[in-house]
Amino acid sequence: MAALVLAEHDGRHLKAATRSAVAAALRLGGEAHLLVAGQDVRGVAEDAAAVAGVTKVLLADDPLYAHPLAETLAPLVIGLSADYAAIVAAATTFGKNVLPRVAAKCDVQQISEIVAVVSPDTFVRPIYAGNALATVQSKDALKVITVRATAFEPAASAGGAAPIVTTPAMPAAADASFLRDELTKSERPELTSARVVISGGRGMQNGDNFKLIEPIAQSLGAAIGASRAAVDAGFVSNDLQVGQTGKIVAPDLYIAVGISGAIQHLAGMGESKVIVAINKDESAPIFDVADYGLVADLFQALPELAAALKSG
Amino acid sequence: MKALVAVKRVIDYNVKIRVKADNSGVETANVKFSANPFDEIAVEEAVRLKESGSVSEIIVVTIGPAAAQDVLRSALAIGADRAILIETGEEIQPLAVAKILKALCEREAPQIAILGKQAIDDDSNQTGQALAALLGWPQGTFASKLVIANGRAEVTREIDGGLETLSLTLPAVVTTDLRLNEPRYASLPNIMKAKKKPLDIIPAATLGLDLAPRLATLRVEAPPKRSAGIRVKTVAELVDKLKTEAKVI
Repeated sequence: MAALVLAEHDGRHLKAATRSAVAAALRLGGEAHLLVAGQDVRGVAEDAAAVAGVTKVLLADDPLYAHPLAETLAPLVIGLSADYAAIVAAATTFGKNVLPRVAAKCDVQQISEIVAVVSPDTFVRPIYAGNALATVQSKDALKVITVRATAFEPAASAGGAAPIVTTPAMPAAADASFLRDELTKSERPELTSARVVISGGRGMQNGDNFKLIEPIAQSLGAAIGASRAAVDAGFVSNDLQVGQTGKIVAPDLYIAVGISGAIQHLAGMGESKVIVAINKDESAPIFDVADYGLVADLFQALPELAAALKSG
Repeated sequence: MKALVAVKRVIDYNVKIRVKADNSGVETANVKFSANPFDEIAVEEAVRLKESGSVSEIIVVTIGPAAAQDVLRSALAIGADRAILIETGEEIQPLAVAKILKALCEREAPQIAILGKQAIDDDSNQTGQALAALLGWPQGTFASKLVIANGRAEVTREIDGGLETLSLTLPAVVTTDLRLNEPRYASLPNIMKAKKKPLDIIPAATLGLDLAPRLATLRVEAPPKRSAGIRVKTVAELVDKLKTEAKVI
């Protein structure tokens, strides 16, 4: 039987994390189908149909799905679940919000944020902020799984030619309505899929000083992130937080500036290929995981780095 | 209206956990336990709702061994009115937790259930959503702001792209994110008073629910350890290493 992957999109494009969820779904041994729910999202369904390995796209195009609410999406997924061996989504705030609602209603214990598929019923998932890895075997007939996107190379965005089949809307499970959103607008690449990430911590001292990071991010085509301390202190908005309870990133290069390296931060970036730490405290724990450590005052080092990258 | 708050007793967030030598789990003997930090935020939010007049009574619930009474007493000291321990020595996974909380919500009829968005031990991030599903209530997960007015909850949620605000009919489930509030410390007089507040103990087995684990933990391992690399002395040396050695820029 196939796996149904719940697609995440912004109304126009499929999110890259969904293609990682497709990659994980394909390891379950069956086909992968993508469910696209939204309003006027034919374009997203066409994106979905082109994803390599996807053999069918289900399209629920209805005003009910204008905003991605768990109360409307869960009944739609549950209505389709009888035909599937597994329901899969990326472990983003979208997937984390919707899938446990699906699982519970189906009397299934969800397997959260897997990083490996051992067999169709056995998975590896991080616990204790990634300080341990648990291998768990599900006894439920239906598997409901969220996937840590950074652990699975995304399925290619082109190469597939899946048919698009429309599926009807289902009544909402409860009364919830969307009022408004405040989405951060940025010219920078998305944090979770950027090849380079440069993050600031408490050592940045205030939000204004994050401007010192911008020219470096510009030169490297990097996304900007932050530690929980910097977000809690109000330097930058919550959507920049990298860590156990924020975003999980695994770029080719991660540059931590003024970040001490608390366990919960390491949980969010420890899988990065190359880690650089810039901190004036030479005993900061971030140096224990950094490939390249520079003990320096960031207010001197950042302008120097910006200049070196610009000239080089 | 009543508020029901769920609290989990977990290994304290300051403890560096160790995987057991036989790979059956993590070492819990002689380790400090405390309330899950997200759940402390949930208790604090309920107390603030009571202080502002939206909530009349706060019932705090935990599930676990007799020792879990500690986290209930802490919540009572912060301002919860009474506590319930669902006592069990067995592993209770998130779906089963949601089933227990559903039974308590049906008995206590709260208008709002507030939970932490995830427990820092199993990092599942499921229970609030599962509870909402089983009750047929709306859910406001990862909340950074909560306003109760006109029979509805307005919940601002931390999402990957920024913030989103939803309007939910009551009763509803809300799960807390870090920026919702900063929990207060209990004063000594309130800690003393908390000892006299009611705390019911109900054996889990008497609830008549299917609480059996659905996930078997086959093995727990420490992750591959990352070792420290080298120290560079200057920005120029760093740029050179990134270009010629690591080849990432």
